[in-house]
Amino acid sequence: MANEKNDGSRLVPYPSGALVPERDVDKTPILETRHLGIDFGGLTAVDDFSLTIGRTEIAGLIGPNGAGKTTVFNLLTNVYQPTRGDILLDGYSTAGKTTAQVNRMGIARTFQNIRLFDKMSVIDNVKVGLNSSTKESFFACMTHLFGYHKAEKLVHEEALKLLDFMHMTDVAYDEAGSLPYGAQRRLEIIRALATKPGLLLLDEPAAGMNPSETAELMENIRKIRDTFQIAVMLIEHDMNLVMGICEGICVLNYGKVIAKGSPDEIKQNPVVIEAYLGKKSESARHRSIAYQPDEGGADDAEG
Amino acid sequence: MNEKAIKLLGGKRPKDKNSWITVSIVVALFAVIEIIKSTGHISNLLSGLLVPICMYITLAVSLNLVVGILGELSLGHAGFMCVGAYSSALFSLVTKDAIPMTWLRFTIAFLIGGLVAAVFGLLIGIPVLRLKGDYLAIVTLAFGEIIKNLVTILHLGVDKNGIHFSTESIAALHLEEDGTVLIKGALGITGVPKSSTFEIGFIIVMITLLVSLNLVNSAKGRAIMAIRDNRIAAESVGINITTYKLFVFSLSAFFAGLAGVLYSHNLATLTANTNNFGYNMSISILLLVVLGGVGSIRGSVIAAIILTALPELLRGLSDYRMLIYSILLIVIMLFNASPKLVALRERFSLKKMLKRKKDNKKEVRADG
Repeated sequence: MANEKNDGSRLVPYPSGALVPERDVDKTPILETRHLGIDFGGLTAVDDFSLTIGRTEIAGLIGPNGAGKTTVFNLLTNVYQPTRGDILLDGYSTAGKTTAQVNRMGIARTFQNIRLFDKMSVIDNVKVGLNSSTKESFFACMTHLFGYHKAEKLVHEEALKLLDFMHMTDVAYDEAGSLPYGAQRRLEIIRALATKPGLLLLDEPAAGMNPSETAELMENIRKIRDTFQIAVMLIEHDMNLVMGICEGICVLNYGKVIAKGSPDEIKQNPVVIEAYLGKKSESARHRSIAYQPDEGGADDAEG
Repeated sequence: MNEKAIKLLGGKRPKDKNSWITVSIVVALFAVIEIIKSTGHISNLLSGLLVPICMYITLAVSLNLVVGILGELSLGHAGFMCVGAYSSALFSLVTKDAIPMTWLRFTIAFLIGGLVAAVFGLLIGIPVLRLKGDYLAIVTLAFGEIIKNLVTILHLGVDKNGIHFSTESIAALHLEEDGTVLIKGALGITGVPKSSTFEIGFIIVMITLLVSLNLVNSAKGRAIMAIRDNRIAAESVGINITTYKLFVFSLSAFFAGLAGVLYSHNLATLTANTNNFGYNMSISILLLVVLGGVGSIRGSVIAAIILTALPELLRGLSDYRMLIYSILLIVIMLFNASPKLVALRERFSLKKMLKRKKDNKKEVRADG
């Protein structure tokens, strides 16, 4: 993997000290969080989460189960309002915005438990994603006049192009809920892409996929980054995927960042190894379960 | 895949065939009834039912927008109808002499009835749509009752000093000698011109139907159904849920207002009671939506026609009328929901039988 690193994906520091890929260092980072934290009652779910993501970076967020990874995604999309800290998206603060507004500002996401519009067709799911970028008014929609059909045709073609990008045009008119699991995950990614984000958040995109599907997914994620020139941040337990495509990795445990860096650095980081990557299991999926008992030890080591 | 192939696929997209079938059914029924009417073969019973049927179709389709398309249960639909009925009746009463052209007065009355109801829908929707499910249903029920009860105690009169209103009695209005009382509390409004006809009812039904069908098959319609299917996902793709909910709620109230106008201009005296603007009515409308199939606009139309005509057609059975009506409702419900009966229904469905016949013919031809 080390010899692949001549495409500007080597991590270099910003003046602030945050690491981003070399090719993105001259540009405003797409996402910058500063000391982000949230408490639920007395429980601190995420604390002091600072992260910078470059404009075309593929970043990974890993950690044992219950580390607060999905909570971070929910904070970034303003599903939860943070108790502390700031989120800067492309230099603009997202404080006080609704989830829908944050999406229109440029963050799109998928969900750990797939959330498609099950009863709608595949292509309609994508069209819903295209909704905020179309200019059809309520009045045009009620009357089907005033250039409605023209606008609708554009939406239709754009939806087909997006489906084609992930090779799903042949199931365009099938019911979304009837698709196989892997295809549903792909459709969720397409729907998120349809909102034209600057940052795509993928919550366990490879969960439930077999190795060949995972390999295809890795290809697709790279293709998304290269075609749309956007940043991707993903939560994943499959270490082959994370180590294979991520340029920067952030490791979370008990709501705190315990390590940040390139895949190679993370692999060798003793704190991470103790907290997460561990000693014996081969399968990454079982790893997080197998190492549950060790988490207490990791916490001690950290504290 | 190149641009050309995508255009080609775009051309193959299934058209809104279902919408056309629904519209054709309604237009065909209208034509049939017009023919029967012109030949003079229509019974008094049926001709008296025509305007109510139009009204119920409008109500059922409009409530289906909220219940079926938006996926929120509203039990206060009759309240919006009430607002539309009273505001338009008041307008027609006041302008009866000022605007002699019936069509113009009635058109404005429809606009007023619809818009006032839509404004009420918006005002009630802002606090109410923060709730979900059962809670929303209960609060809309309460708002419907509030509207009905307020209208029942409302007294309104006008004289040379201006408009007077009171919630107690006509005497409390303190009108001058030349004053006229417009709304007499529980006695309602009298003297509203009876302008509602079947043809106008048909136009209202068509407007409601076309707008609803267009909306459902449009970009905004997709967004609305996305909210229904998965609120969190809809939010995550940038859909402003509040805006869409309020829009559907007030659009639905607008159509309910139109139905109210139709209703109020079909009666000599307009009064508000439980059966026409209270929860009985709201439940009746919901019944049409549920029996026709939640989310199915064509179903709402058919259910409205059958269930409005049925009690009248069963009149010959006198005492057993409502008993049979209720049993029929239960049977329809079972055929809609019971898995075994649904399977049975599908086995004997007309669509499948036709298809089977076609296939048989093909086979015969192949054999021959």
